[in-house]
Amino acid sequence: MAEVYLPSTLPPLFPGLPRHLQLDASTVADAIAELDRQWPGMRDRLVEQGPAIRPHIHVYVDQERAGLDTELGAGSRVDVIAAISGG
Amino acid sequence: MSKVLVLVGTRKGCFVLESDGDRRNWDVKGPFCEGWPVYHAVYDHDSGGIYAAAASEWHGATVWKSADLGETWTQSSEGLGYGDDGELKMSKVSSLSAAHGRLLAGAEQAGIFESRDAGATWKLLSALDHPASKDWNDPAKQPPGHLGVSAITPHPGDGPEHFWAIVQGYSLFETTDDGKTWTARNEGIRADWPREYDDIGFCVHKHVFSPDVNRMYQQNHCGMYRSDDGGQSWTEIGEGLPSDFGFAASAHPHDRDTFYVIPLDPGHARTMHDGKASVWRTRDAGSSWQRMYQGLPQEDAYLGVLRAGMTNDRLDSPGFYFGTSTGQVFGSIDEGESWSELAGYLPAISSVEVAVID
Repeated sequence: MAEVYLPSTLPPLFPGLPRHLQLDASTVADAIAELDRQWPGMRDRLVEQGPAIRPHIHVYVDQERAGLDTELGAGSRVDVIAAISGG
Repeated sequence: MSKVLVLVGTRKGCFVLESDGDRRNWDVKGPFCEGWPVYHAVYDHDSGGIYAAAASEWHGATVWKSADLGETWTQSSEGLGYGDDGELKMSKVSSLSAAHGRLLAGAEQAGIFESRDAGATWKLLSALDHPASKDWNDPAKQPPGHLGVSAITPHPGDGPEHFWAIVQGYSLFETTDDGKTWTARNEGIRADWPREYDDIGFCVHKHVFSPDVNRMYQQNHCGMYRSDDGGQSWTEIGEGLPSDFGFAASAHPHDRDTFYVIPLDPGHARTMHDGKASVWRTRDAGSSWQRMYQGLPQEDAYLGVLRAGMTNDRLDSPGFYFGTSTGQVFGSIDEGESWSELAGYLPAISSVEVAVID
């Protein structure tokens, strides 16, 4: 199971979504697909046409910058970060 | 007694200004939509919902919906995109239209999406096929913040297949077959730059109908215009105004000859002239203009108003409303003779629409 940490911008969009959850997934794309299954529409908030992770969303797997194809190991930590931008 | 809602799209969410039919006292509610940048918010009389076109740098484009006049909100972008294999890429939803039991959403890159289930799902209705679409969809040829389809306007009195759309920087288009084919309606419009195509290359900012559907007005990058033949041709009517540039415009809902514009400095500033906030009104279809300013700030008031930033209700004594890029909303219920501030400290305003709910 991967440990997934989500940005604070997401729970207001998806009632019941926690900031931290465990998911059974083999890649980042799988994890996002599972999030989308449980909270429909989630994929569109994280992934743009391509598909690719949205430019201002950064995903780290075990503290390394990751893409959709990045593999997850047992107990991987996945941090989904809304980039420090805006004003 | 009826309820009047002024829907305000801002860079930091949607706000709802609420009053009764007298329109003298206003309550400000918001911010809604989690502070997402809202480009356009509208009320749908068919479903009773408020819809807000939004785009977040983090989370992409979506349409927010409130079925209870702003108390609670949800969002959906299901189908609101060009697909992983699509040639076009969506950056934002720029404009909304609600009519005939459906919603239309204008997007950048340029396309029009349709929802027939109150915003739950969307599908592409038209990408406005034109040889120039490769240009208006080319980021290298567009300014930052390009809106793509910046406005969609139903044709008053006609069925859903007849509506109008603006592609920012290129053209006003008319379709009579629900977006299958489009005709550019720019005859008589001036462009102060070289154009690559005969029929387009005109920067239409706002297009509004008078109560006579054959008479319409537009605020263009290069002048204010009137059409008396249903948009087949246009006549410039800006003489007497402090500049031919502006974004916002509003047509009187009961008098075909009365039209309002907000001329702006056409340079970098794009604010009202001389620091004096003013709305200009014609009572004779553009032959002459009067500066309307009572109640508006007349000293150091460098206010901007964007293309979707002005509207009017259709009550017997109509109300006119505009919102500024510095967060003020002003309204008039006496034909523009005097104005009052409905809200003073909102975020930068992108759009203002009004709904009267009985």
